[in-house]
Amino acid sequence: MTWLAANWQQVLDLTILHLQLSILPIVIGFLLAIPLGFVAFRYKLTRGLVLTLVGLLYTIPSLALFVILPPLLGLPFLSAANVLIALTIYAVALMSRATADALESVDPDIRQAATAMGYSSWRRFWTVDFPLAGPVLLAGLRVVAVSTISLLTVGVVVGVDSLGYLFRNGYQRGILASVLTGVIAVVVIALVVDRLLAIAGAWLMPWTRPSKGPRRRNPRDDEQQEHGPEKASQATALARGEQQGAPA
Amino acid sequence: MNLFLDAFAWLADSVNWQGTGSIPQRISEHLLFTALAVVAAAAVAIPAGWAIGHTGKGREVAVAISGAARALPSFGLLFLFVMLVGVLLRGPAAVVVLTILAIPPILAGAYAGLEAIDRRTVDAARAVGMTEWQILWKVEVPLGMPLLFGGLRSGVLQVVATVVLAAFVNLGGLGFDIVQGIALRRYDQMLGSALLIIALALILDALFALLERNAVPRGVRAGRAEDVRTAPARRRAVAESSATT
Repeated sequence: MTWLAANWQQVLDLTILHLQLSILPIVIGFLLAIPLGFVAFRYKLTRGLVLTLVGLLYTIPSLALFVILPPLLGLPFLSAANVLIALTIYAVALMSRATADALESVDPDIRQAATAMGYSSWRRFWTVDFPLAGPVLLAGLRVVAVSTISLLTVGVVVGVDSLGYLFRNGYQRGILASVLTGVIAVVVIALVVDRLLAIAGAWLMPWTRPSKGPRRRNPRDDEQQEHGPEKASQATALARGEQQGAPA
Repeated sequence: MNLFLDAFAWLADSVNWQGTGSIPQRISEHLLFTALAVVAAAAVAIPAGWAIGHTGKGREVAVAISGAARALPSFGLLFLFVMLVGVLLRGPAAVVVLTILAIPPILAGAYAGLEAIDRRTVDAARAVGMTEWQILWKVEVPLGMPLLFGGLRSGVLQVVATVVLAAFVNLGGLGFDIVQGIALRRYDQMLGSALLIIALALILDALFALLERNAVPRGVRAGRAEDVRTAPARRRAVAESSATT
């Protein structure tokens, strides 16, 4: 506690820096994953291609990726760009798969109804498919946000300061409080961001809020009758997210 | 691309393949840590996951654990545990951390595998007079195998990636050459060992992908695949492949 009292300013600065650095990969990852996820969802040929590629990228351990990216991209080894690109790669890898799953979770009948009503495919994607895929997309985004925040700490190895600085510096100087503070701070901001995303999701997608009235059931999918549509898709997203556990 | 040539030269240099700290020794250290942690994690997580999946109790706990675990920074956890137990016991400390990190995906795989089974299948098993124990072993466990192997797969990858960081607490493994390379500014060594690490991760991933595929029970592969609830993508893939062949 005395350590924290003496160093709270540094912890605060590193926390802010940490958040700043993690936002970019999360946002870019989400945006890039929309077309990739769509392509994976829409065409059988590209589905295998995209999902295999992102699966392989996700397999690469973070430290190895930090080492291999600079010569590939002509970047300096000790640079924030190196770490941010690596984290973006992981975010895209996770999110493309989640996006494909999310689009698949949309009832094909609804899609067909929209087409029958004369929606162009572009307009249907943005006004029907995308919002209805929202809950599963959100589940994916939350996984991406949390794992990005946690992974960023490894960047300290290649000289990019974040809350990971507290681990490394604390370990080298034998200050347990510093390491402990770092771990707790990372977990806290990850969980706070996760919560904020969930709240934002409930606000943006009012239809996913738990309603008081009887839930409309989809008679074609009796598997979903037990859990309700979102719970079933959440369970799938969870299982999927877990299969893609974060690389350290 | 010169750097990559240097890295391959480092990899091909016979000096790096013999004696202490040689590449084979680093690989076996890496695999030993991985195996210890994954086996320990599986011993805890698989029974727990099956219990949750079979009874349906404790689902929220499992979801919360796997959600919160993703937020744990493996790097910091490693340093924290090594400092807590002392540098002399850093090996066991690292194995404990690796085990903690491997538990959530394996737990999720075990319980999601059981939860994804069509309730009608389980009800049918109960209706023909199977005991709960028989339902678990003869119906739920075999049907849940693919997702369980999926969980093991991501657990293994998580651990392999974290063992790389174990080099920062002087535990060897393939990360050692990266850490030493950073200190000595030997880019060929860093890149060479990074390539080795990536190859190792990809090989293990492929191995588990194969296990995952072969874990689909024969009866499920043969037909009626649409009734077995797994992840939608896989369900569709299984249904399609069994429909066309």
